[in-house]
Amino acid sequence: MAGKSRATNQKTEQAGGQPADGATNGTRLTGSEIIWATLDGEGVSVVFGYPGGAILPAYDALRKFPIRHVLVRHEQGAAHMADGYARASGKVGVAVATSGPGATNLVTGIATAMLDSVPMVCITGQVSSKVLGTDAFQEVDITGITLPVTKHNYVVTRAEDVAPVIREAFLVAKSGRPGPVLVDITKDAQQASAEFDFAAAAPKPHRPHPMLKTESASILQAAELIRSAKKPVILAGHGVLQSGAYAQVRTLAERMRIPVASTLLGLGGFPASHPLSLGMMGMHGEAWVNEAIQKADLLIACGMRFDDRVTGTLATYAPNAKKIHIEVDPAEINKNVKVDVALIGDLKEALEALLPHLAPRDAKGESAWVKEIEASKGECAVRDISNLPDSGHLYAAHVMHDLWRATEGKAIVVTDVGQHQMWEAQYYKHDEPRTLITSGGLGTMGFALPAAIGAKIACPDKEVWVIAGDGGFQMTAAELSTAAQEELDLNIAVVNNGYLGMVRQWQEFFYEKNYQSTPLLSPDFVKLAEAHGIRGKAVKTRAEVLSAVAEARGHQGPFLINFLVEKEDSVYPMIPAGSALHEMIRRPEKNPLVETARD
Amino acid sequence: MLHTFVALVEDKPGVLTRVASLFRRLNINIVSLTVGHSEKVGVSRMTIVCDASPTAGHRIAASLYKLENVLQVDDVGQLSHVARELALIKVAATPKTRSMVFELVEVFRARIVDLAPESMMIEITGVESKIEGLIQVLNENGDRILEISRTGRMVMRRGQHTSRVLEAMRVPGLETPDELKAEEVGSASDVLMAEEAGLRD
Ligand SMILES: Cc1cc2nc3c(=O)[nH]c(=O)nc-3n(C[C@H](O)[C@H](O)[C@H](O)COP(=O)(O)OP(=O)(O)OC[C@H]3O[C@@H](n4cnc5c(N)ncnc54)[C@H](O)[C@@H]3O)c2cc1C
Ligand SMILES: Cc1ncc(C[n+]2csc(CCOP(=O)(O)OP(=O)(O)O)c2C)c(N)n1
Ligand SMILES: [Mg+2]
Repeated sequence: MAGKSRATNQKTEQAGGQPADGATNGTRLTGSEIIWATLDGEGVSVVFGYPGGAILPAYDALRKFPIRHVLVRHEQGAAHMADGYARASGKVGVAVATSGPGATNLVTGIATAMLDSVPMVCITGQVSSKVLGTDAFQEVDITGITLPVTKHNYVVTRAEDVAPVIREAFLVAKSGRPGPVLVDITKDAQQASAEFDFAAAAPKPHRPHPMLKTESASILQAAELIRSAKKPVILAGHGVLQSGAYAQVRTLAERMRIPVASTLLGLGGFPASHPLSLGMMGMHGEAWVNEAIQKADLLIACGMRFDDRVTGTLATYAPNAKKIHIEVDPAEINKNVKVDVALIGDLKEALEALLPHLAPRDAKGESAWVKEIEASKGECAVRDISNLPDSGHLYAAHVMHDLWRATEGKAIVVTDVGQHQMWEAQYYKHDEPRTLITSGGLGTMGFALPAAIGAKIACPDKEVWVIAGDGGFQMTAAELSTAAQEELDLNIAVVNNGYLGMVRQWQEFFYEKNYQSTPLLSPDFVKLAEAHGIRGKAVKTRAEVLSAVAEARGHQGPFLINFLVEKEDSVYPMIPAGSALHEMIRRPEKNPLVETARD
Repeated sequence: MLHTFVALVEDKPGVLTRVASLFRRLNINIVSLTVGHSEKVGVSRMTIVCDASPTAGHRIAASLYKLENVLQVDDVGQLSHVARELALIKVAATPKTRSMVFELVEVFRARIVDLAPESMMIEITGVESKIEGLIQVLNENGDRILEISRTGRMVMRRGQHTSRVLEAMRVPGLETPDELKAEEVGSASDVLMAEEAGLRD
């Protein structure tokens, strides 16, 4: 998407006192105009923002450019929307805010994108350069504040710097390990004029990115480890999506008959319905996945960073396995898990260099390992509650399972943070990349609704579902109004258990059921939706789930379903923090709430 | 263990904060940090000495290189290099006690750069141990030290060597670029040994 140096806007009126035609290349424009012209040149068609004094000159110039502005209800929403837009499309998302409180409201959204390496550019207005550092009205040191949660940030005080800086920001945001970049532009830089030449403002490469030497010894070493492994497992992470290495991962798995476990953010990178797919690893992964990792003699980590939710206690992690780490960010190598071979570079390129060294594995050796894992699934699969007949109770797992069936696994699902997020990951089977959007690293409650708005705008032809808890939904519920104003065909499932469920679960397991501050009163979400002119429906039994889902899908425009689910249900299996991967709390055989096959 | 990094960085406002902030985030104490112009216009050179676990070197170097303003990183580590520090030391000395200080300064190849009725100022360059040696002897002699200002370590690798960016990507125990290996082997020198051992300038 980069580097499209087309003339930016045919409709440009009197821009900076210059004739409108052919517009913006090599003409004199105001800094404000340059902001939009540069964004347009970078291929941006939509931004998510909220105006205010210090960014007003830019807003004033916006009407001259073919860029859609989505007015959010809180700047945190703008950042999450840009984030959701980026995750759904693979392009850079853009958020705009004013100085001071507008800028600080972005911070949670920026940190969310940082922790999950999402490419995003945030543009903030800033007080005039003459009064910088004087505690001027609505002045805040936003580059200082966001320094640790951005990949990089910039202050722009001159109109002539606007285009080069924004262009560099896009390059930084999407290159190497992606991440959010903030550009803080003073009001006087927006008001002053400068020559605008999109092509001339192209960033000059000032330092090389770490690159893979495709002929290197490490490739051969990795190939040798793979060839000789008896019990290999591929760990597929977010990097599979970011690198677009779906075909390569699949080829590796199929050619060498290697089962694939995914991280939460890697789900969809390898089809869940593929016979070699194990599902999600880690804290709430199924037992057979984590057991396979513990028993493995080789782990091939593809674009994943061995997060603590994934490894459990490091001392006992995959003790018998050699480890190959394919990673674009050298700082991740040996950070958590000591590896035997590191391939530093883009995953797709690395796998393409590796695959020619791998001849297909003979069928015999393979089947023993795959069969061993398959055998260990047996019991868990029987106890999978989504397969059980309707007992009159409504479990969140049922909701996820039925949603998956109804949408044939093809919807983009945007989840919030908590129990419902884990149930979604367990029961909604993602076959396509970029169909699960969730905040993994920061675990930001309130993410789902705004991120889904961004995703829907990125992919208007895709069915998009929000799955949020009653707690997290209330953190950014104001964005219902944005969805209504933008007339988005968005489906919203609130999984309403009357608790901050994930915290309640920890209190149940580790704090003697002391449910301190986790029961939660909520508004009637259906009425709340209606107050926004959004249709809604409450669902109390499993029998109603499919029909409500069908109604939502059939309805043009936003639709909210309030699923009133079991209140004290828990997510199983679970690795308690600080335990080893194989020390899981398994699904209880007898539990007053969760039926099992033996009941 | 002390690690020494050389970073070439863009000479722009805020770059020092980014570097310092990285160490703060990693909860690593910076022992010394010197910044000044390099041989390239618009590029500053930092020598950063920090105290971190023996295995932390690679991660610190790679994290430094993640900062957009950092153009090159070199983990000097065990590679053969010259390290220097400059110190100014002011000691209380009257005309009667001066001669003792003069003698010490001579032995340490230091210089007197200011002389006042009640004090004198010593300038000394060398490796840290040499400077610390002088300070210790001054203390043992009972010369009252009034002020010390030290620059912190700055280092430069020995021999013909154009530091390559990809060295920041080097993972210990894994692949070592061939050109690097050659350098490491070739440049150990007796001068260095003498340097580390003692008083030679
Ligand atoms: C309540 C809760 C529970 C959770 N439970 C689990 C759980 O049970 N299991 C689980 O897996 N997660 C779980 N998570 C998520 C977890 O916290 C991490 O966010 C997740 O494991 C990170 O996945 P990742 O390493 O694939 O993605 P990221 O954190 O995004 O890391 C991606 C890695 O890929 C690299 N990369 C990027 N692009 C490329 C490229 N082009 N080429 C090569 N490499 C590239 C990046 O440098 C980075 O190191 C949970 C989160 C929450 C909030
Ligand atoms: C902004 C924020 N604050 C606090 C938390 C800690 N937290 C994690 S899960 C959770 C409970 C979420 O409750 P709810 O949204 O109702 O979802 P449920 O777990 O019940 O499905 C909390 C409070 C968080 N992740 N994010
Ligand atoms: Mg809840």
